[in-house]
Amino acid sequence: MADITSLTLTQTLKALEEKEFSLEELNKAYLERIKKYNSSLNAYLFVNEQNKQSFSTSKKIPAAIKDVISTKDIPTTAGSKVLGGYRPPYDATVVNLLLEQGVGVIGKTNCDEFAMGASGENSAYGVTKNPWDKTKVPGGTSSGSAVAVATDLCVFALGSDTGGSIRQPASLCGVVGLKTSYGRVSRYGLIATASSLDTIGSLTKSVEDAALVLSWISGPDGYDANCTNEKFTLQPKTWVNHPTRLKASIQGLKVGVPKEYFGEGLDSKVKEVINKAIKKLEELGAEVVEVSLPHSPYALAAYYIINPSEISANMARFDGIRFGFGREKIGPEVKRRIMLGTFALSSGYYDDYYAQAAKVRTLVKQDFEKAFASVDVIVGPVSPTTAWNLGEKVDDPLKMYLADIYTISANLAGIPGLSVPCGFSDGLPVGLQILGKQWDEETVLRVGYAYEQATDWRKEKPKL
Amino acid sequence: MKLTKDQVRLGRDKVKHVAKLANLPLTPEEEEKYSEQLSKILDYIDQLNSVDTKGVEPTFNVSGLSNVMRKDESLASLTQEEALQNPSQKQEGFFVTKRVIGEENG
Repeated sequence: MADITSLTLTQTLKALEEKEFSLEELNKAYLERIKKYNSSLNAYLFVNEQNKQSFSTSKKIPAAIKDVISTKDIPTTAGSKVLGGYRPPYDATVVNLLLEQGVGVIGKTNCDEFAMGASGENSAYGVTKNPWDKTKVPGGTSSGSAVAVATDLCVFALGSDTGGSIRQPASLCGVVGLKTSYGRVSRYGLIATASSLDTIGSLTKSVEDAALVLSWISGPDGYDANCTNEKFTLQPKTWVNHPTRLKASIQGLKVGVPKEYFGEGLDSKVKEVINKAIKKLEELGAEVVEVSLPHSPYALAAYYIINPSEISANMARFDGIRFGFGREKIGPEVKRRIMLGTFALSSGYYDDYYAQAAKVRTLVKQDFEKAFASVDVIVGPVSPTTAWNLGEKVDDPLKMYLADIYTISANLAGIPGLSVPCGFSDGLPVGLQILGKQWDEETVLRVGYAYEQATDWRKEKPKL
Repeated sequence: MKLTKDQVRLGRDKVKHVAKLANLPLTPEEEEKYSEQLSKILDYIDQLNSVDTKGVEPTFNVSGLSNVMRKDESLASLTQEEALQNPSQKQEGFFVTKRVIGEENG
């Protein structure tokens, strides 16, 4: 039998059901692998080795949880010194939902401080390395979650996506990353970054796994007033043996390709890989048409007003009184955004910045609504380049912000997006982004699934 | 690249003022650095002004929901012990804060 840790979540569940191995053996295999490889990757900030915490992983499916998601009595730092030593007195709703499904927390994964960044380099606890080339960034901000999945240090992971923080590291590390519709998954217990943009989603070894995890973590929650939509249902047990909508053919499906996502700034080799992937969708029967998202060029500017403005309000809670340390421990990127947001919201500037950005947001959202009137999904690159060198952009915040250019629009519009491995450029993974209508994760996953089944990219693993 | 005086959108004084509003302790080096970096970022953001937004309603929330209510009934919450699990300073079952009334803010 293949190594236990190389199995997807769906395969793992099936193997457990058929008693090919026990949960104890499963956890032991993952813990051993973490012990062997984590120190060189820095994917985990905390490993639940001793099982001394309030819940033990040894009888559960080992999942990795991004360190911005609260786990009762398990250290939760958000990658910040401000929360050094913090132990949440409660579990996030998503963690509770996973526990109910027999999933446990094997560890907490590294991330950019308070989920602000694009490279994984803003963690106060050291950078996470890209397993395909350790001199490269893993992407961010769910850097540790993406690396843990890519290197089989967990069965799957949870991350958060405020401007691309699941899709971009998934793309740069060669795993599947799902950003959910805004309001699909409860954010109770997620340490807030920008409240009108924050979403929780998964990083998984397959698209099928992403659908399964979504069916577990979605659904209304009285603790998040924005989360009232019904649970995503495509129950796994029905699809292991019985093909369902997820596995339906994409024959005749309309796939839009936004011309604005293929212009200047897109690396030519990445473009080639993405174009091949789009060809593949066509071969699978999809009808590919060009669409336009005319306000895309302004989305990033609007985002970098709205995001820091909301951050400046959310970060006000860190005063060192009820939990954590004082504001002198806040790291450089977080400070930069608090400054930018406070400035944008300060007296005399509100109309020029925040109000104008909120109107541009409306136009970005309407662009998608118009495009989705004639297509089922929109596809393109996740990131304009593959993983770049560690340190390359740390001194130029604007350059770093531009790395999010293809992902932030989905957060402004609240729509779901998936990153699926679709090839390599100079040995580094490239992800195909599949965007869908608000609440239509199903079609997004269906297209991702069809593509994944027709290709072998996800089976490629980095050599450690 | 060093910005010329005209290019600095957010001078040191302004940076100091904003930092005070945000209750953010900054070193002189940070004030200098943020003055430059934020000026450059604001230059980029300026392109927002070239978008015609006349008659466009702002979007603050994309869930399409408003006034979400729940039944007015008490639910379980953290115990006092749990709520006091994390502060660096506590006293007789309370959080300790700086004095805000009376004498000079200490």
